[in-house]
Amino acid sequence: MSYYFTILSPTDTPIFNIAFGTSKGGGDGIARFRFPDTAQYMNQFIIHSSLDIVEEAQWINGGMYLKHIDTYPPAAAYISAFLTPSGARFLLLHQPPQLPSGTSSGLGSSSLLGSSASTTRASSSSVAANPTSPQTEEAVRQFMNEVYESYVKTAMSPFYKQGMEIKSPVFRTKVTGAGKKWL
Amino acid sequence: MAAPPRHSSMMATNAGAPQSGANDRQQVTQQSLTPQPTQGLRVPSNRKTIYDRHLNRSRNAESSRASFAYLFGEMVTYAQRRVTGIQDLEKRLNEQGYPLGLRLLDLLFYRSTSTSSSALSSSSTSSSPPNRPLRIITLLHLIHGPLWRLLFQRSADALEHSVSPDTPNEYMITDNDPLVNTYISVPREMSMLNCAAFVAGIIEGVCDGCGFEAKVSAHNQPTEMWPSRTVFLVRFGDSVMEREKVLERNGVK
Repeated sequence: MSYYFTILSPTDTPIFNIAFGTSKGGGDGIARFRFPDTAQYMNQFIIHSSLDIVEEAQWINGGMYLKHIDTYPPAAAYISAFLTPSGARFLLLHQPPQLPSGTSSGLGSSSLLGSSASTTRASSSSVAANPTSPQTEEAVRQFMNEVYESYVKTAMSPFYKQGMEIKSPVFRTKVTGAGKKWL
Repeated sequence: MAAPPRHSSMMATNAGAPQSGANDRQQVTQQSLTPQPTQGLRVPSNRKTIYDRHLNRSRNAESSRASFAYLFGEMVTYAQRRVTGIQDLEKRLNEQGYPLGLRLLDLLFYRSTSTSSSALSSSSTSSSPPNRPLRIITLLHLIHGPLWRLLFQRSADALEHSVSPDTPNEYMITDNDPLVNTYISVPREMSMLNCAAFVAGIIEGVCDGCGFEAKVSAHNQPTEMWPSRTVFLVRFGDSVMEREKVLERNGVK
């Protein structure tokens, strides 16, 4: 599973983004999207195109975590959203690995037996393979809440104005840590 | 020369640069490619950044009333410099409060989610993870109750809707004895001034943050019993009223 996470200010300015891969089930935490590395902007396209849906859902569902809101089937990209009360949008794009190529590349030159075992484990256990399962929703919710904590701390800083890019390396580390922990 | 090794190596690169331009360029590109995460970041001596601190330590963390009064007095003095009139002064106080409102909103929700002690429970949003306010009434209850308690440790005294049919977008929040005005005596020639314009700015920030465009102003309405009674007039924009109608039709609470 590969993830692309971005924070948008209330006025739609991207203020933070990060790409990472799963750390569960033996993942190494490196993002492997289905696009070639030269086409990473596709993630941004997809994630930003779901903003319309976020803005619709925003006034129907009063929760902060809006769950899985949008899917872009050609890229098998699933998008979950979290809204802070002050209007910042946290969007997470998750893309399950393409099973045949994804597992073999992850395992390198291991035996056939080993690769099939890891495939079954990944599909049965969790977060990784099934993007719409309740477990995934829960993991994403935990991830979002943890990022929200760091975001509030950033926002409380007197040197931070709403809509400014978040450059703090500590914030980035915190988000990476949350990703490792939950996704 | 007995220079420390670090310096000598720096001098060496500096000296080598003009001799070979290509080499220099290569170095520059290398430098820009390598990520330098800790550059320019100053970490406190105990290695604790703001991200390592708890946001919930509110017990025994109140600032004293005297220091608040002093600080607020200074803020008013600061705002009073080079202003043209009372309205201008109130506008400045309002602008000082606005960013505070935006921040308090996030903090309020963060505290009520993480502590699970029901800080928001007396408002109409009583489910355990608190909801963002979608309707005007929910928002006003949030301001009247939890926000006021966060700021002043008590709820506001009244919440009213304008009775005039011409102004359905006006709501009033009343505070009988606002803390900000307790130690401020307004000179006679400025009797229209109400320094609670600062609090009005906070309310405005909260409303705007939630997506309810609004203008908030503070007005003196003294009574016999409460000489510094203040009414905060919240005027919502047309877009908010339109959305409110749509949401009401759809049955959104």
